[in-house]
Amino acid sequence: MKPPRRLISVIACSVLAVSSALAETPQPKRSGTSFLGPALQAQQRDDDANPAMLWVDQGKALWTKAVGITGRSCAACHGAPDSMKGVATRYPRIDGPTGRLLNLELRINVCRARHQNAEPLAYESAELLALTAFVAKQSRGMPIGVAVDGAARPHYEAGKTFFSTRQGQLNLACSQCHDDNWGRMLRGDAISQGHPTGYPAYRIEWQTVGSLHRRLRACSLGVRAEVLPFGSPEYLDLELYLMARAGGLLLETPAIRK
Amino acid sequence: MALTSARIVTPATARMGEIIEIKTLARHPMETGYRRDDRGRQIARDIIGTFRVTYNAVEIFQADLSQGIAANPFIAFTTVAMETGDIIATWTDLAGREISAKARITIT
Amino acid sequence: MTISHGEPTMLAATLSRRGVISGGVAITLVPFASWPGAAQSEAGQLTDAISRATGGRTPLAAGVKLDLPELAENGFSVPLNVTIDSPMTERDHVRFITIVSEKNPAPQIARFTLGPRAGRAAVRTHVRLADTQRIAAVAETSTGRFLIGVADVVVTISACTNGG
Repeated sequence: MKPPRRLISVIACSVLAVSSALAETPQPKRSGTSFLGPALQAQQRDDDANPAMLWVDQGKALWTKAVGITGRSCAACHGAPDSMKGVATRYPRIDGPTGRLLNLELRINVCRARHQNAEPLAYESAELLALTAFVAKQSRGMPIGVAVDGAARPHYEAGKTFFSTRQGQLNLACSQCHDDNWGRMLRGDAISQGHPTGYPAYRIEWQTVGSLHRRLRACSLGVRAEVLPFGSPEYLDLELYLMARAGGLLLETPAIRK
Repeated sequence: MALTSARIVTPATARMGEIIEIKTLARHPMETGYRRDDRGRQIARDIIGTFRVTYNAVEIFQADLSQGIAANPFIAFTTVAMETGDIIATWTDLAGREISAKARITIT
Repeated sequence: MTISHGEPTMLAATLSRRGVISGGVAITLVPFASWPGAAQSEAGQLTDAISRATGGRTPLAAGVKLDLPELAENGFSVPLNVTIDSPMTERDHVRFITIVSEKNPAPQIARFTLGPRAGRAAVRTHVRLADTQRIAAVAETSTGRFLIGVADVVVTISACTNGG
């Protein structure tokens, strides 16, 4: 016999209230890939079957394309793409000259403004996704390790607070799914630990490549909270916290996600 | 949607008579024609309709596709390595736009 | 608290109830069990599509290996592998492989044209499945034979599918 739905919800809310107070970063850490079924895992392992590689290819072409008033390409300063090895594992990070927190997308646009005298690429445009995916792929297989000291500290703390703060009409914090209930079934899916190891990623629901901020916007929408703009300070702080929380996991860009 | 990028992958080398797998991907939304936009207007069907592959100018594989094929189509098939040369895949959408990708195979 | 497939977890119960109250579609799921009493027209669609692929002849249920996951994680992209038992010689080879669907709006998913130079009659692709359904692969050989293989796939929707 089933208890009334209202009762289930009341119990669930109180269970969640108690458990979120005990929230701990999941151990052992597991990337989103391990929550995929075998078919999608196999597709991610094979670059020749992973559609995200079409964006990586575009990024490779953009890397050597002269842009802006200076007519300089990324390669003109940075040389071969392997100069980007490890870079993505350290983002978001504080930009020296401005003291701003930048993720990889914004870093690419700062580069364009500062060194190429070029217009910024629109967040979530095919070009910015392609370049970001191409740069991040150079670090594939390397452990994530962002700096959270110095000027990055307040951003990390803000992101951590965002992660554990209930929000939206569902009144859910990120931590309630991804710290407290990972591995349990949410309908047909196992809840992941919420580590952003593979972005930009090819998400099957999107049927295209998207950024981490697009994924965060979908999470916000999912709990009926305010969907914040791409590159917003809140999502940047959260991205820093998430990358710190994922520390030690290997970068998997371009990953496949559901 | 313009066809912006495509890839074809074969082994770089093969023995004469060896059966090799050819893997292809093309970037395309394969818009079904069933969806509606934010304002409720039907989004027109826009798909890759045909896919052809030649090996040194001889057609070795062909496919007629529908909106039942996933976005950014992945198609893999086999061929017998016969001679050193180019394997060229061509994707054509319903409006007649095309993109091709080429792989070079060397017989050892 | 024991949690298993098909049993609403406390978390899921909370989410789904609130999803309904807020008029949302945040959490949706196609039932794991196949649809009871599938409409006659849908079974008819598969029969008709097979019949179109064979030109009305009855295919032999042999020699076709059609692999799809029993449980598709997302109907937008489901891996499909098809292999036909064939010597793939000049005289006896697979000419066409037609993939047809019971419940997609377009009954024919794809038609592949092969020849003896393929070496093997084997094709891999990713298909869209609109619903839990039966898929069939029909092969036509150069000797005029028609072969068929079928696969049943349960299609689920991810918990976090919300259009975001």
